[in-house]
Amino acid sequence: MTAVTTAPRSIPRRPSAALPDEALLRMLRDMQLIREFENRTMQAYQQAKIGGFCHVYTGQEALVVGTFASVNHDDPIVTAYRDHGHALARGMSPRACMAEMFGRATGCAKGKGGSMHMFDKPNHLYGGHGIVGAQTALGAGLAFAVKYELEVLGRDLASGGNPKKRVALCYLGDGALNQGCLHEAMNLAGLWSLPVIFIVENNLYSMGTSIHRGTTSADDLTKKAAAYEIDGFSFDGMDILSLYDNFKPVADACRDDQKPAFVDIRTYRYKGHSMSDPQKYRTREEVEEYESKRDSIAMLAAHLMRDRACLSEDAWRAMQDELAEIVRDAVKFADESPWPDPKAELYSDVMVSPHPRMSPSGEYVEGACNPILEGQPGGGER
Amino acid sequence: MANLTLVQAINLALAQEMEADDRVVLLGEDIGKNGGVFRVTEGLQQRFGEHRVVDSPLAESGIIGAAIGLAMAGMRPVPEIQFEGFLGPAYDQICNHAARYRTRSRGSVTIPLTIRVPVGGGIHAPELHSDSPEAIYAHTPGIKVVMPSSPYDAKGLLLAAIRDPDPVIFFEPKRVYRSFREEVPEDDYTIEIGKGKVVNEGSDLTVVTWGATVYQCLEALDKLPEDLSVELIDLRSIYPYDEDIILQSVEKTGRCVVVHEAPKTCGFGAEIAALIQERLFLHLKAPVQRVAGFDTVMPYYKLELDYLPDAPRIAESIQQCAGY
Repeated sequence: MTAVTTAPRSIPRRPSAALPDEALLRMLRDMQLIREFENRTMQAYQQAKIGGFCHVYTGQEALVVGTFASVNHDDPIVTAYRDHGHALARGMSPRACMAEMFGRATGCAKGKGGSMHMFDKPNHLYGGHGIVGAQTALGAGLAFAVKYELEVLGRDLASGGNPKKRVALCYLGDGALNQGCLHEAMNLAGLWSLPVIFIVENNLYSMGTSIHRGTTSADDLTKKAAAYEIDGFSFDGMDILSLYDNFKPVADACRDDQKPAFVDIRTYRYKGHSMSDPQKYRTREEVEEYESKRDSIAMLAAHLMRDRACLSEDAWRAMQDELAEIVRDAVKFADESPWPDPKAELYSDVMVSPHPRMSPSGEYVEGACNPILEGQPGGGER
Repeated sequence: MANLTLVQAINLALAQEMEADDRVVLLGEDIGKNGGVFRVTEGLQQRFGEHRVVDSPLAESGIIGAAIGLAMAGMRPVPEIQFEGFLGPAYDQICNHAARYRTRSRGSVTIPLTIRVPVGGGIHAPELHSDSPEAIYAHTPGIKVVMPSSPYDAKGLLLAAIRDPDPVIFFEPKRVYRSFREEVPEDDYTIEIGKGKVVNEGSDLTVVTWGATVYQCLEALDKLPEDLSVELIDLRSIYPYDEDIILQSVEKTGRCVVVHEAPKTCGFGAEIAALIQERLFLHLKAPVQRVAGFDTVMPYYKLELDYLPDAPRIAESIQQCAGY
């Protein structure tokens, strides 16, 4: 098994240098869409338009956009609950994403999943997950299926065509490093050489606990991968071009050799863990340091204007305005969308075969099904 | 047609379905080389190879989580958990994940997963190796739970479970594994999930049970006066369960005794008693009785038979109910 290294074995000279301007502009656009979307999400949450809990991705945009840019659209992905960025970057419409958080029938899960459970099968996104670390075993399973298609079936499960060498991306926060399931999943991946990349979105805090207070080997997380004979890497995740340069070769190697990797990507969330986080565990100065000096969007925009000269100040402002309008439209769409119909939706989609308490027309019938109470005051139909 | 034990019938079903469908993959601890703790998967790795009958590490959460990932991708995984008590480490994956994806994904992601698990007491094992947790999973929306009591039913229900688009927990009563043989057809057949069967027809009183206690109930029937006519129902599926077969029988008899190994409080018998009072209140001639395990941790083997419902306890309860 390969020894653990902190850099890919052979780095071609800056893969990002070979990307056309359009690809980089696309990255900027995706990141800015997430930033704008999350700003409006926070606003809507404060206006009590979003129920439950809400975890925004602000600050971490380069991580998801840079890693997605390094793989193919049909490479399966799973992630945890800070998942709006993953959904948008994978191609979910901002309308469906916002409407889901608003609990509206037009949401990606008919308003029944909420902020933490973004699913988008056509875009190969197998969910945000609310239980920290539990998605890691699913990532191993998705990779197992890829390997099984190649080695046993000789066909692609979805299309029936030739199997493709794909690689599963399994995102987790640094808090998940301490969950048992991750270690079971990494052991399976190492043991069976599954094509899955465990991507630690290391934003330094699991809720309010800094990584140094929460896990061992916090300064070199690749040691955790070494125990499972998985190649481990540690990259900066704020500069999207350096992230792409580092991550792309890892993703290519995992795809070509059908093997796992573990990648610690250093990032930073500008906002609290959730919308109700008093943030006593870090200083305002620390947040400002990242926002003012290391912001991924500002860095890429500057690069495109200065070094590539493919973006003017005016064009950048126009792009921001356009994205702001798209997100405003998403909020308006969500606001004006209907609520799920309780009679039709309360029991739908629980199981493929009809729920035993569903009527043939798809409505829940328990209240009307007790013949003893029929015709009684307060009984019978509800 | 062959004369098979429950173990052999399950093995036959797995082999036939693996032959018919290359998406079926088995994974679990020691299921390959060793053929599983109870030798249910004996010979399957030799026949289908290490890629389809996968010896996994001892990691229940990882096994079930990986199986969910496989199912999401369109496979038909059939993991084995060695004993029902070991479902504990996989509980999160089963109840918080497998059960909920369909709802979370607006029906776009389904989990065709069948978890095979030996269940129940009576084999001189300690707790965690003798429990009956079926009500816990029946209480979890999005999961189906079945427990066949005979080789014939086991084959048909297992084929139905593997082909079912939803996650199914397939409980295999250990006490029945090798206790008797019966004719099991080689042919392909399924038993519909959610359908019980009448094991013994009768008109005075209904006994509802499932799993290994079917045989304790049959033994109890032999101890009753000849003029007491008891209808015995083997529920076979715990969720969804066959409300009609229970209601039709109790409407006729007006008396019901429910028997299960699991602790009495919140056992699945409570659900059946509630169903009967909701729907047949005016037909009842006696309160519904429950003969169950006690509200305690399953004891070690010396006290095992004191804990499990046995024929004398069941017969006594039937007579009390009949004489009310």
